[in-house]
This record gives sequence, C-alpha cells and structure tokens, in this order.
Amino acid sequence: MNQPIKAKHQRLVLVLVALAALIGAAMLAAWGLRSQASYFYVPADIAANPPEAGRAVRLGGMVEAGSLKTDADGVTTRFVVGDGKARVPVTFKGIRPDLFKEGSGVVAEGKLGADGTFVADNLLAKHDEKYVPREMAGMTAEQARKTVEETR
Amino acid sequence: MIANFGLAALWLAAALAALQLLAASLALTGRGSALGAIIRPVAITQGLLTTLAFIALLVLFCQTDLSVKLVAENSHSAKPFLYKFAGTWGNHEGSMLLWVTIMGLAGGFVALVERRLPEPTMIATLAGQAFVSLGFYAFLLLASNPFERLDPVPVEGLGLNPLLQDPGLAFHPPTLYIGYVGLSIAFSFAIGALITREVGPAFARAMRPWVLGSWIFLTLGITAGSYWAYYELGWGGWWFWDPVENASLMPWLAATALLHSASVLAARNALRAWTVMLGVVAFSMSMVGTFLVRSGILTSVHAFAVDPTRGSFILALLAINIGAALTLFGLRAASVTEGERFALTSREGALVFNNVMLTATLGIVLVGTLYPLLAESMGQKVSVGPPYFNPAGAMFVVPMLLVLAVGPLLRWRNDSLRRIRPELVVIAALLLGSLAALAFFGVPLLPLLGLALAAVLAVASLLPLRGRKLRTVKLPLWGMVVAHFGVAVALLGMASDSAFTTERLVAMKVGDKVAVGPWELKLDSIEPVAGPNWTALEAAIEASYQGGKPDLLKPQARQFWSPPQATSESALDTRWNGQLYAVLGEQAEDGRWQLRLWWKPFVPMIWYGGLLIALGGVLALLGRVSSDLRRLIARDKIAYRRQRQGR
Repeated sequence: MNQPIKAKHQRLVLVLVALAALIGAAMLAAWGLRSQASYFYVPADIAANPPEAGRAVRLGGMVEAGSLKTDADGVTTRFVVGDGKARVPVTFKGIRPDLFKEGSGVVAEGKLGADGTFVADNLLAKHDEKYVPREMAGMTAEQARKTVEETR
Repeated sequence: MIANFGLAALWLAAALAALQLLAASLALTGRGSALGAIIRPVAITQGLLTTLAFIALLVLFCQTDLSVKLVAENSHSAKPFLYKFAGTWGNHEGSMLLWVTIMGLAGGFVALVERRLPEPTMIATLAGQAFVSLGFYAFLLLASNPFERLDPVPVEGLGLNPLLQDPGLAFHPPTLYIGYVGLSIAFSFAIGALITREVGPAFARAMRPWVLGSWIFLTLGITAGSYWAYYELGWGGWWFWDPVENASLMPWLAATALLHSASVLAARNALRAWTVMLGVVAFSMSMVGTFLVRSGILTSVHAFAVDPTRGSFILALLAINIGAALTLFGLRAASVTEGERFALTSREGALVFNNVMLTATLGIVLVGTLYPLLAESMGQKVSVGPPYFNPAGAMFVVPMLLVLAVGPLLRWRNDSLRRIRPELVVIAALLLGSLAALAFFGVPLLPLLGLALAAVLAVASLLPLRGRKLRTVKLPLWGMVVAHFGVAVALLGMASDSAFTTERLVAMKVGDKVAVGPWELKLDSIEPVAGPNWTALEAAIEASYQGGKPDLLKPQARQFWSPPQATSESALDTRWNGQLYAVLGEQAEDGRWQLRLWWKPFVPMIWYGGLLIALGGVLALLGRVSSDLRRLIARDKIAYRRQRQGR
C-alpha cells in the first residue's frame, strides 16, 4: 500500500470508499430511525393501540381541569391528559414549564409505564400565542375547546 | 421617510444584481467583453446599497418608528436600547435583510480584493453570486418586505419575545449569518470554477480564506448558541439535537470537510471534483438550514414566519439554486481532470478519511432532521432525538477522531506508519491506558470513549510541533494545532457533562440546606425584584464549595409584561473545574420552593474548546492572508521593476 496506486484505480477506490461510508450511514440512519424515533400519540391512540412499555414516545393533549396535584416531595407532579376520547395519567418529576397550567395544551416526552401511567421526562408547553408546539396546532382547533369544556 | 429610502435602496440593489448577472453572462459568452469591466463596480455598489437599507432598518428600530409594520409588531418603546437595536434581526423580515446585506457585502468584498484568479473565472463567480442573491432579493421584496407601513399608526408596539431579550441575541444571529452567507462565496467560486473549468490549486487558494472566515464565524455562532441555550432555557443541557441547532451544525460539518479538502487541493492539486462538490454542498446546507428555520415548519423561538407562502418560496429558491449547481456539476464533473495521486498512508489519505467521515456524519444529521418532516407529510408525527443522533453520529465521529490523532503526523503523498512509530506507541498506550482506567471506574460507553479520545487528542494534537523550533513554526501550523487541541478540550467538556453531572431536584423552605456534589447550598430568601419591562421572584442561595467561603446565587422566575410571558433565569457559579447551575421553580401549596440544581464538572470546557477551535481558524486565516499579501506585494514589485527596465 506504500506505492501510489495507479491513477485509474485511485479515483475508483476513493469513490468506492465514499460510497461504502455513505451507504453505511444510510443503513445506520434507517436502523436508528426505526428503533429510536419517538412517535407522537394522543390519548385516544394510547387507548386504542398502546406503545410497548419503555419505548420513548410523545403524548399530546389537554391538561384536565382539577387533575393537577403535587406529591409530598414537592417536585413530583401528577395530572391527567385528555383529548375528549380517552384519558392518560401522567407523572412528571421536575420544574414545570412556565406556561403549563390546567386546561391548556401540553406535549409530554417520556415513556408509558407498565401500569398505564405515562412517565414524562420533559414537558413542552405553549410558549405564547405565537409559539405553539406543532403537534398541538391541529388539536387546539378541533378538540381543545371541547375537551376543556368537558373537563371543567 | 427613512423606510421609503431603505426600500428604494433595496430595490436598486436588486436591480444591480440583475445587471451583474446579465453583464456577466454576456461577457462570458463573448457578446460583450466591454461589459466585463463594469461587473466589479456593480458588485461593490450593490453591497453598499444593501448596507444602506440595513442601516435604515436599524434606525427605524432604534427610533421605534411604529408606522413601520415590522417595528410595531416586534418592538416596544419601553424596551432597553440594546434590544431595540438587536431586535432589528430578532424577526423574520429583519433577519432576512441581514442575510441579504451580508451576501451583498461579501460579494462586493470579493469583487474588490480578489485578483489572483483568471478574470473569466472571477466574472463567472460574480455571476453565480448575483444569481443566488437575486433569489433572496425577490424573497425579501415580494414575500417579506421589512419596510411595509401601517396606517393608522398604532400607539404602542407589541414587543419582542422575552426569550430573545438577552445580550446573546445581539451577537449570535449576526455571527451565524456571516458564517452561513460567507459560504455563498465558496459556492460561487465553485460555480465559477466549474463554468470556466479552472479547478486547481489557484481556485483552492482563492476560496480557502472565505471558507476559513465563514467557518470561524459558524464555529463562534454555534458555540455562542449552545451556551445561550444552556443558560437561558434553564434545562441544564447544552445541545438538544433541535432541528434549529442541526441547521447550524450541518453547514459547519460541510465547511469543516471543505476546509480540509481545499487544503489538499491547494497543497497537492488532488481531490478536485470533490472540493468543488463540497463547495456546493456547504452553502446548500446553509440554505437548507434557512429553510428549516425560517419557513415556519418547525416549532422554535427561531421560527418567526408561520406563513406557508414564505416556506414554499424558500423551498423553491432552494430547489433552483441546488438543482442548478448540481446540474452544472453533473455536466462538468467528468471534464475536471484527475488530480495528483497519493498513497493511502499519507496526509491526503488521512484527510480523505476525515472528509468521508464528516460527510457521513452530515448525512446522519440531515436524515435525522428531515425524517420527522417527511413522516409528518405522510400523516405520522415523529420526533427524533439523542437516542438516534448520539450513537449514529458516534459511529463516524469516533473513527474520525482516532485518525485525527495520527493524520497530522503523516507526510504528503506517501508515508509509512513505521516512520512515526514512537508517536504511534504513545498514542496507542494513552488510548488503551485511559480506556482501561475509565472502564475500571464504570463510566458509560459514550462518555468513556469521549474522555479517552479527549486525552489522546490533547497529546496527539501537540505532536506535530515535536522537533520543531517553536519560534519558526508558521501560523497555519499553529492554527491546526490549536484547533485540534480545542477539539480535545470541547470533547472533555461534553463527555464530563454526561459522565459526572450531579442533579438535585428539591422543594425547600427558606433556611433549608441541600448538598449537590461537593457543594453545600442554603436558601436564604425569596424576594420580588423588578426590571425595565419585567418583574421577578429572585432566590438568594448561599453556595459553598467543600465548606469554603460561600458565593451568592440569584436565580429568577421572571414575568415579562409585553408580551406577557414567563421565563426562568438560571444562576451560574463557575469554578475552574466546573459549574454550579441553579433554576428556581414554582412555590408548592405548602409554601416550599422548587429548586433544580446541577453540579457540572468541566462543562465550561465545551465552550472554551469551541473558542479554541475558532482561534485556530483565526491563526490559520492570518497566516494564509499574510503570506498571500506578501506574495502579491512581491509580484507587484517585480512587475514594477520590469516596467522600469523596459523603459
């Protein structure tokens, strides 16, 4: 390998190496996306076809009025997310986002526990009128008002 | 008045860009060689006009002229002056004007100073620049006019998103934009070189300072953005694989690859077609980034526009520019002649490996960023995060960093590993030693690899200086050593953050104490405080490191009133060996306060590393520019002497 390779071959070798690496990257990406992408669920989806326990997913819906409670440790929050069709209990350990409140929309990132409780690692709430989480955009129009009224 | 003036300047600049493209195409096809002479002055004037338009908008924002729609929607008379000023680019239209301004200035600057390339290549380059600019002028003037007026004039403006009211905003977007848009020059050089078939070392030397300059700004912009997210968002993380972050990382990866392949082309006349291709890819990634960030298809503080016509406009621009460039590449690539040959074990071989790995990483990031959008267009909502990016990226970054330890020690063209055996032994021993030591302490896999590689790289990056007199080492070599050392430093910070961080989440009464790693914290008080356009609750926390003299930390929960929005301001205590990070949460029903606390050993190394990498770029740039200048002056002297002798 210490002699310069023949001119004709060099370009071929380089192209093949680059191609092999890119195909490797593509296969790795496909595999990674299949196993690691986290899917978005609304409570009705979870009721109909729950994700396997322990898989990273996102749950979006409205925080039901009157469901928000803080545990004795002062940092664990429990609430129920609903979409008008189904309800999912959620626990979250951490500081709640600034605009998180009952009757407003939320997207929770986390895993569904074996007991059917959703364990959230992170909560995404509405920043303000202009910055609505994308996943909630479709819901607020159709389901939000109804959901809020139903749970009030 | 000022608004009309700014708009007129912008239209005029757009007209000049059209003239520049027309004159250049005529000159290149040989139908108006006299027109060639006007192209450079036109490019320079165009740059000045865009600057005038931008200054006009700055003035409007500083005066809070509410008759301008953009100002009324994004500013407020009670806002601190810095944010009136920086608010100019804290919105969609203003930031696109900044983009166009930098593009105009870069084009003008290259027209002013670049004299090394054959004139036809320069004309083709400026034609390329005008072509790309025209698209962005059209976007600005037709779909996002920053100077639109309001009638009747509102009494007060709506204010700026409080998350953006931070000193970081004043510098982060312009820095990143200079990086993004600077790459348009590399793109235009690549187009120019393809059109005139002048792909060679001269092209690489002309392009390199532009790539270096853009890359320095991109590095600084990413570093600053990461630090901003770290302290402003209050989540204690420094990188979230957010699409907006990826949008800045992708051009950086491409520019890093381009930087290294341009070095091969300049020094050895190899990797010709590949370098041109990367020139096209790098700016394409800037445009993809702009599309992702500015089209409103993403949720983020960066996504100002939620207007579908704008999204499709940028998408069309993207398709036209990238499509045209790739078609040109496809037509001309075969006629770009084969470069010089080299052995696999050589500096070129190592750099090819680096390039392939960087490109593969770029591919991983690109796929992970676009996949959720594709999935959503097929009706499935998906998010892709660290569980995908971290392992998939590491598959390519780890081998690249291993080769980075060895590559700079190799000679150009042909070398043998036997020649550098002592260095190899040191590197291998260090790698195995640190891997074993860390595995013994049970560090998880990715941080383990990161820490071991950081140790290896910190030493290996200095090895190219071995056996040289430090005083005679040239600036570009210093640049390489400093930048590679910076990679090691940043890696140390990243790996330490995930390996050694201690987190505590507590609810405390005033007077309570809590321990976080080596720190002892006491909540002294919670007091209301007020700022110019916000009120806040401020905690006073006494923090003492291993029983030493306590520091006072003051995290706040802020409430802005225009627009009404709450943010949490974290408090940081930095020591040489890490950072204490405190966030104040809500008050629970029983009167206790939520506090989230982190002790993050060595985490500031991430940003020091980023700064070192940028400093390496600055040293290399200074070295290249000064040697270019010296060569230019020498050439002028010779020409002058010849002229006198001829007389």
